[in-house]
Amino acid sequence: MLAEEPEAVPLAGGTDLLVHWPAHHETRESTYLDLGQIEELRSHRWTEDALILGGTTTYWDLIRDPRTTRDLPLLVDAARQVGAVQIQARGTWAGNIANGSPAADGVPVLMAYDAVVVAQSERDSCEIPLSEFYLGYKEMRLADDQLITRIRVPLAPRANQRFDKVGARRAQAIAKIGLATVEAEDGWRVVAASLAPTVRRCPAVEALLDSGEAEYSLDGFETALATDVSPIDDIRSTAEYRRRVAARLLFFGPGSREA
Amino acid sequence: MIQPVNGLVSGVLPVAGDLPVTGDTITFGWRLNGEETQIEVDPAERLLDTLRYRLGLTGTKEGCAEGECGSCTVLMDGLPVNSCLVLSFQAAGRRIDTVESLDEAALAPFLEGGATQCGACTPGVVITANWLLANRDLLDTHHIRELMAGNLCRCTGYDGIVDSIEAALEADDPAVVGDAS
Repeated sequence: MLAEEPEAVPLAGGTDLLVHWPAHHETRESTYLDLGQIEELRSHRWTEDALILGGTTTYWDLIRDPRTTRDLPLLVDAARQVGAVQIQARGTWAGNIANGSPAADGVPVLMAYDAVVVAQSERDSCEIPLSEFYLGYKEMRLADDQLITRIRVPLAPRANQRFDKVGARRAQAIAKIGLATVEAEDGWRVVAASLAPTVRRCPAVEALLDSGEAEYSLDGFETALATDVSPIDDIRSTAEYRRRVAARLLFFGPGSREA
Repeated sequence: MIQPVNGLVSGVLPVAGDLPVTGDTITFGWRLNGEETQIEVDPAERLLDTLRYRLGLTGTKEGCAEGECGSCTVLMDGLPVNSCLVLSFQAAGRRIDTVESLDEAALAPFLEGGATQCGACTPGVVITANWLLANRDLLDTHHIRELMAGNLCRCTGYDGIVDSIEAALEADDPAVVGDAS
């Protein structure tokens, strides 16, 4: 269908697209492609080396699968901090990716787990590492006729897994800062949300953690962060608050773990 | 069964309602409050509007239109959702349970526990709370407050709501609707 009508907007849980729906007269005129009745997109499954999410797998689907807590705990941590139960029951991981918000909750933990996006169209099927998916603010490697049909999350030995979301409230809050940190076998993954136009890896912070220093300093994290992210003042927070608090989260989190 | 107060008939709309008219209607079957029925809606209609203005089930409220306040909460396939963020046709073939499906007995703990003052949040609160009571295994991993965080209340300060749920848990009230799967 997307091949015939590339301007059609895919609709899954609707927890972002339908916000203030009655006021959005123009958007109501658009064509939407409802994915809810496509059964094959909903289910997730575990293979020997990965968790495969469907195109419409919800946050609640993973919260209620005990294996996720055991093998990919950050996915559950993040899912439980999305909105509230009513949103978790409808919101989808793929929708969070395709919506492209820099303040996304699902994207940072997926990225910290080296997730791969599978995007399909009539023409072909592509696999794009999530860490390479975003090109700029709301710009992504997804053509108009492509649909995210699966997200592959590799299983691997991981340690020191953390997800921190700083928000105005414990629930129903958009992140002022999001940080997902994981120590993988080949090095650290540090993923930041709400600190730049896109959710992104922080290579300078990762290099700092990979260097294996005996003792880290708050200044060291602030300096590394400054090359990786570019926080701004907006309605939710200030650049200075974001810089300082993100550095503290890194210092007291991965920077303070037992070697 | 709590009967709707208004005698609204499908197709007869109150002035306050603002149902969109974007094109050809969609007709589908669903299981609404335990009954298999057919319904005809505009594709752009929200579940909240269909329930309130087409069906006269005004127990479900509109508080924010953005999925924050939870006063529009209904159960969809046994899970609480914000009906302001569901297009009605997305409920085709599904189970929808509104506050009108709740037994008077299910409301008793909330009246006794100080869970309601103005009542604006109450339908959403009791639907979510009832779901919680029907799925106690959730308390193995979640606190009551986390499960109720999607239902905002401006009057009670939440303690009365939590106390009522705890009292209902202790009284071992039987499950009424919903499942957590």
